[in-house]
Amino acid sequence: MRRITVHPILNFPPKKKVKFIFEGREVEGYEGEPIAAALVANGFYEMRESVNLHRPRGFFCAIGNCSSCLMVVDGKPNIRTCITPLREGMKVEIQKDKGVLK
Amino acid sequence: MIEPDVLVVGGGPAGMNAALAAANAGATVLLVDRFQNLGGQLVKQTHKFFGWAARGAGARGFELAQKWEGEIQNHPRIRTLLGFEVIGAYKDGIWLAADLEDFYKIKPKRVVIATGASERMITFENNDYPGVYGAGAVQTLMNVYGVLPGERYLIVGSGNVGVIVAYQLLQAQAKVEAIIDILPRLGGAYWVHAAKIQRAGVPILLKRTITGVYGEGHVERAETIGVDEKFQPIPGTERTFSVDVVLLAVGLMPLSELLFELGVREYYIPELGGFVPWHDETGRTSHPEIFVAGDVAGIEEATTAALQGRISGLQTALDLGYEVNKDEIDELKMLLTQFRRSSLSEKVCQGLERLHTKGV
Repeated sequence: MRRITVHPILNFPPKKKVKFIFEGREVEGYEGEPIAAALVANGFYEMRESVNLHRPRGFFCAIGNCSSCLMVVDGKPNIRTCITPLREGMKVEIQKDKGVLK
Repeated sequence: MIEPDVLVVGGGPAGMNAALAAANAGATVLLVDRFQNLGGQLVKQTHKFFGWAARGAGARGFELAQKWEGEIQNHPRIRTLLGFEVIGAYKDGIWLAADLEDFYKIKPKRVVIATGASERMITFENNDYPGVYGAGAVQTLMNVYGVLPGERYLIVGSGNVGVIVAYQLLQAQAKVEAIIDILPRLGGAYWVHAAKIQRAGVPILLKRTITGVYGEGHVERAETIGVDEKFQPIPGTERTFSVDVVLLAVGLMPLSELLFELGVREYYIPELGGFVPWHDETGRTSHPEIFVAGDVAGIEEATTAALQGRISGLQTALDLGYEVNKDEIDELKMLLTQFRRSSLSEKVCQGLERLHTKGV
């Protein structure tokens, strides 16, 4: 994984960097990009475990449809991290179950 | 309660154009999309569009999205709800849009469903492993967010999407090891694109399929095998690719759950991507107040989606008594027919013909 810097058609102007916590460690991403994109850019590919067999699941559809990237964000489960914007200080965790309604 | 003349669900090329057409004719419009920005999948299209949508100018997809987004945001009769998803439609005509904190009840007079499509999955060992992506997802990651999820790619499917994504990966300086396709011929890709990537050194291997991906916590290699004319594996033709990303470009299917919930008549038409709502030339479904436009009405591409959106938007305004130039609707219908004359639309035309022979 890497951030694209040079591209023949597109420009990726520098954006505001923010820090967030993934599984207890501090990670950097760009404000407003999807949480899952920031994780992939940092080389973290597992976003959740499958409910029954606990297999690793990662980024798949990028349109908030497939549920492969559901994570626990700031204590809330089942957050579709491919369409949820990253904010400073977010606490992001790999989801290991179906999530509980509190 | 929001009570717009027209509710448009989905802010891609079809939904944006439906909203603009209806609002320009005088209707009030509420446009809802689950993303934080408008444009749908057009925002990741870096190739040029010609013809009606680009007004002959050869605008790139993301530029078209920006143009329409600007028109919508400055339009006095269009309200947008972004980051909200339409999660329910009830028999009494009330629709519900929600995010995690808030929700709105909506009572529209007409609805245009332009929810688009989702990517298909195919079966192989460990197909749920991190590193297996829908092709569109990688397009979004690299073209919208500037993130490349790996360095070496195998693409499954030689249709339009597979070939274009291969080209875009090369532009981002990634390595595409190969495109494979189980069919004995190239999928629905333009020859000019396919020739371009082959010149750049990407082999297109036909009659070959993927059997599995393996690695420690992430894809590290993909196994493939040649197939005969009955799609059965031929022993001895196995080939391993050392890749960290496998892209599935094996087709799309309409996102028609809302229509299904409402009991709108649907038919299974493989040429259009699976279950599609019956609809007439203006996009009207078996439910007279509900229209469809874009991929949810049958898988095509952005130009036809935009044209369909314009047509259904104008028709909703006409239904509600606003002044609409009927010649404009006829002209858009003609453009749509012309655009579908290309050989790549042959399958779509067959599918539409089959759909139209079915009853409402």
